[in-house]
Amino acid sequence: MAKSPSKGTVSRRGFLRGALQGSAGAAAAACATVVATPDANALQRAPKTMSPDALGLLYDSTLCIGCKACVTACKDVNHMPPEVGPEAQAWNGAPGNPTWDTPVELSAKTLNIIKAYSHGTGEIKDSPENGFAFIKRQCLHCADPSCVSVCPVTAMTKDEKTGIVSHNPDACIGCRYCVLSCPFGVPKYDYNDAFGEIKKCQLCQHRLAENQLPGCADVCPTGATLFGRTEDLKAEAKRRTALSVGEKTHYPRGDIGGKVGGARAGHEKTVAAAYQSHIYGETELGGTQCLAVSGVPFDKLNLPTNVPDTGYPTLSEGIQHTLYAGMVGPAVAFAGLAYLARRNAKDHPEE
Amino acid sequence: MAMSLRQQNLHEHQPLGGRIFTLPLVVCILLVLAAVYVLAQRYAFGIGYVANINDGYPWGIWVAVDVVIGSAFGCAGYVMAALCYILNKGEYHPLVRPAVLASLFGYGLAGIAVLTDLGRYWHFYHLMMPWYAQPNSVMLEVGLCVATYTIVLTVEFAPALLERFGMEDLRAKVNKLLWLFIALGVLLPTMHQSSLGTMMVIVGHKLSPLWQTQLLPVFFLMSAILMGFAIVIWEAVLAALNFKRPQETPVLKKLAYLMAVTALAFVALRFVDLAVRGQLGVAFGGPKASWFWLETLAMLGGGLTLLPPRNRARTRSLFIAASLLLVAGILYRLNVYLIGYTPAIGPWSYFPSVKEILVTVGIFALEVGLYLIVVKTLPVLHAVHSPAHATLSASSAKHG
Repeated sequence: MAKSPSKGTVSRRGFLRGALQGSAGAAAAACATVVATPDANALQRAPKTMSPDALGLLYDSTLCIGCKACVTACKDVNHMPPEVGPEAQAWNGAPGNPTWDTPVELSAKTLNIIKAYSHGTGEIKDSPENGFAFIKRQCLHCADPSCVSVCPVTAMTKDEKTGIVSHNPDACIGCRYCVLSCPFGVPKYDYNDAFGEIKKCQLCQHRLAENQLPGCADVCPTGATLFGRTEDLKAEAKRRTALSVGEKTHYPRGDIGGKVGGARAGHEKTVAAAYQSHIYGETELGGTQCLAVSGVPFDKLNLPTNVPDTGYPTLSEGIQHTLYAGMVGPAVAFAGLAYLARRNAKDHPEE
Repeated sequence: MAMSLRQQNLHEHQPLGGRIFTLPLVVCILLVLAAVYVLAQRYAFGIGYVANINDGYPWGIWVAVDVVIGSAFGCAGYVMAALCYILNKGEYHPLVRPAVLASLFGYGLAGIAVLTDLGRYWHFYHLMMPWYAQPNSVMLEVGLCVATYTIVLTVEFAPALLERFGMEDLRAKVNKLLWLFIALGVLLPTMHQSSLGTMMVIVGHKLSPLWQTQLLPVFFLMSAILMGFAIVIWEAVLAALNFKRPQETPVLKKLAYLMAVTALAFVALRFVDLAVRGQLGVAFGGPKASWFWLETLAMLGGGLTLLPPRNRARTRSLFIAASLLLVAGILYRLNVYLIGYTPAIGPWSYFPSVKEILVTVGIFALEVGLYLIVVKTLPVLHAVHSPAHATLSASSAKHG
């Protein structure tokens, strides 16, 4: 008790002064920490680079006709059940037996979906004004994926060579941190199953192993979904965004390299709508292996556009790797605490 | 072991005794049963059968309240052990045991809450298996820390149990090694309470700029300390009222000073952080700004109430300030984990279902119920030797 006699007897004014000084001190310390570094990112680990053999998809919204063959093919090759919204009617009048697959959003039963943008009269394809446009949503296979960074049990992994992000339900504890953290809202959990699983697009790895195309790229009739090495796809995306309206050009189908799934013929088409110069996924959050080009700005297609050029794991892992580097910090702290606790133990004879 | 009379008075604990099945306990039991019923449905038919969480809001109140806020409620043992054994402030000794007990229940039940929320709970032990470990995961660190800390709390509380059952030899052995566990008991919560903040750094733009900052771990640690102190005061005041014991105000008023400083530093840091990130404008008219102000005003109100020394000596103002700071901590954590969060690609909405709330209420009821039973049967609260109290406890024992 005799060790801190001053605190109880300090005057009120002294007290206010002390509190103010304390707050000012804390504020100054915070300022120093935060201001000392650009963009308030005091601790950031280096961004991850993409493997040269990274695989992905290039989605060209101007080529997409919204047939949703890719949605159906995805369900077939991944053995996913049909999904019927609560307000959907049975298509052929069979009550309680709706047979039409009508997903409206990615879910544990739908790994790939085509969504539509429409504006005003909705007459002109790929026009932001009075037009409509499609966007394909599936896992973008980030260069620096949040889902892999957050997973506590290594259930979510990124292949070192192909960069494909895949999920192992036998390791997963179902914490749904991947669902929470994904900046593109991709991994999903089945809440209506007592033994629900996390589901996401894994770029049809099982088909790639047999030299077959991912279901969506395999069936796309216009080449709107094109498979290939991300480097090749990026070059193709740059070629397309440089095209002008009225130019006639060649669009490949299937695998841009012509190997996976066998060579197939492309088609000639005149560019009808101006491409946006923005290639989605080129820089977003450190880059993604799946890219998209479009005639309509991507924020209108409901994709996050106001995001940094480095992945969010660089920030969270930056903090962790600094505080817990080699567990030196915690070990030193423990030694200090243990020393104090032991030294003080004699003052507390009973527990 | 020779003890001075002063130490005896300060350190001696005794069970309160009295009737176990009081009305509050019966209410707690009913609430727990309701939660058990809901959880049976959850395990039979899936989380979606009882809860409103969805792919936009994969974490609902079972995470934000039961785990993130619940574990902060469990920080009483952390702050009191740090004060009493690390900073060697012996005068807080009477508050340590009840605080450790509250922590043990707070953390134990946060652990149970995790199991209610895990979608693939039968794999939960993978968290402990080194070959599954993913060291970049902030959650892995939190999970391992919390699991270890629950064991540490059990050891810290063991002397009370051993004392009750007269196992003096074992108790002496535990006491000899207790310093190791006390050190761990201060280190681990510092680590995982700050990491609970780091966990939300990775959601990036989905968390409003009012809360998204790399200082999240600092704010979470400060809120854990504040909430730990606030729980100590709550517990001391309510225990004194309910069990008709003298108030502990003389000891509490020193705590109150620390609380005032921490709360005001928290608010100051929040504004500095907002200003440095250039997001001060969001606090004035930006989305969700009202939640920011609710949280900030509660924090400021609690801190300012405790600034004048005479307020710190009054049980009533102590209690009000502790309540305000508790509310501020709860709001801050709720804002970071739920209210300030917007799913990536929407629209999504979330409000907890009645059944979801019943589970959360049940978990807190279990905590309160267990506390009520244990303080009556085990030596947790320190013994009071005033004649007035002796008469009171005698009459209440007769009543029971």
